[in-house]
Amino acid sequence: MVNRVVSGAHYGLKDWLAQRVTAVVMALYTLFMVGYLLLQPTLDFAAWQGLFRSLPVRLASLLFVVSLLLHAWVGMRDIFMDYVHPTLIRLALHVAVILALVAYAAWAVQILWSGL
Amino acid sequence: MRFSIYRFNPETDSKPYMQDYELDIAPEGKMLLDAILLIKEQDETLSVRRSCREGVCGSDGMNINGRNGLACVTPLASLKQPIELRPLSGLPVIRDLVVDMSQFLEHYRSVKPYLINNDPEPEIERLQSPEDRAKLDGLYECILCACCTTSCPSFWWNPDKFVGPAGLLQAYRFIADSRDQAVNERLDNLEDPYRLFRCHSIMNCVDVCPKELNPTQAIGKIKAMLVKRTV
Repeated sequence: MVNRVVSGAHYGLKDWLAQRVTAVVMALYTLFMVGYLLLQPTLDFAAWQGLFRSLPVRLASLLFVVSLLLHAWVGMRDIFMDYVHPTLIRLALHVAVILALVAYAAWAVQILWSGL
Repeated sequence: MRFSIYRFNPETDSKPYMQDYELDIAPEGKMLLDAILLIKEQDETLSVRRSCREGVCGSDGMNINGRNGLACVTPLASLKQPIELRPLSGLPVIRDLVVDMSQFLEHYRSVKPYLINNDPEPEIERLQSPEDRAKLDGLYECILCACCTTSCPSFWWNPDKFVGPAGLLQAYRFIADSRDQAVNERLDNLEDPYRLFRCHSIMNCVDVCPKELNPTQAIGKIKAMLVKRTV
């Protein structure tokens, strides 16, 4: 392989955009959660379970988790692109992070839907 | 006044060192470059680039007390002593305060910093409405001193791939030009996770620009145009 600086991958915009959109989703969910916690007169296990029994709350939580994972993916990839320059190590780190995030997604679904 | 200046001569020094200088100078009304030139009279071996001495040529960009700037437009009285002078960071040092700008200029070249227009050349100038011309304000003034790019951490980490604030500001200067016909090709050229998207809006570029330009805003506009043509 010739050793030249190649650049021009024609991607990056969607990741950048996704980072912003997922940030908004997370901010909205956080506002909702903080509002709920502040306005709830009695905060006990039953109330908490009642909240998560509702399907919209569960879906919103899943959306939050997916946003968090996507956001984390773009952020982690940025860190690796900035600081880890050997291609093979960077590729290995990318794969490791993707696998971990997919596992987290499955775990989150399991947690959210386990109390049924 | 006391100075501490970065010295490195690759022919004789194995590694760089800081050298102290004392200068008898009244700082009022004088710029840092005046002092540097007096120090150079004391010690001719000190290497520094300068030309116009009024902030137009962009030759004397350097790191002044930890902040990039042009020595010729930095008032001497505004600086805390000892005044620490270092070469622009992130570029190879040729000698003392003189850096090798090749990498920086390579990125500048890569954004095709010239008007691309395939129409036959008109008899007179290619005309532009005052409104269209106004869109180039804050862009065309760049003097390529490299103060911004060499203060950008993203450029430090990926100097070979990230175009850097100066290059991207110039890229947008031609994207924004109503007479240019290669906007799409220019955006194609920049749509890259390294070339453009290494910018994390740290804004060191805006902080140090001696011409008070705003590369971060220009980069934001490039991103907005990419979104517009994609979404």
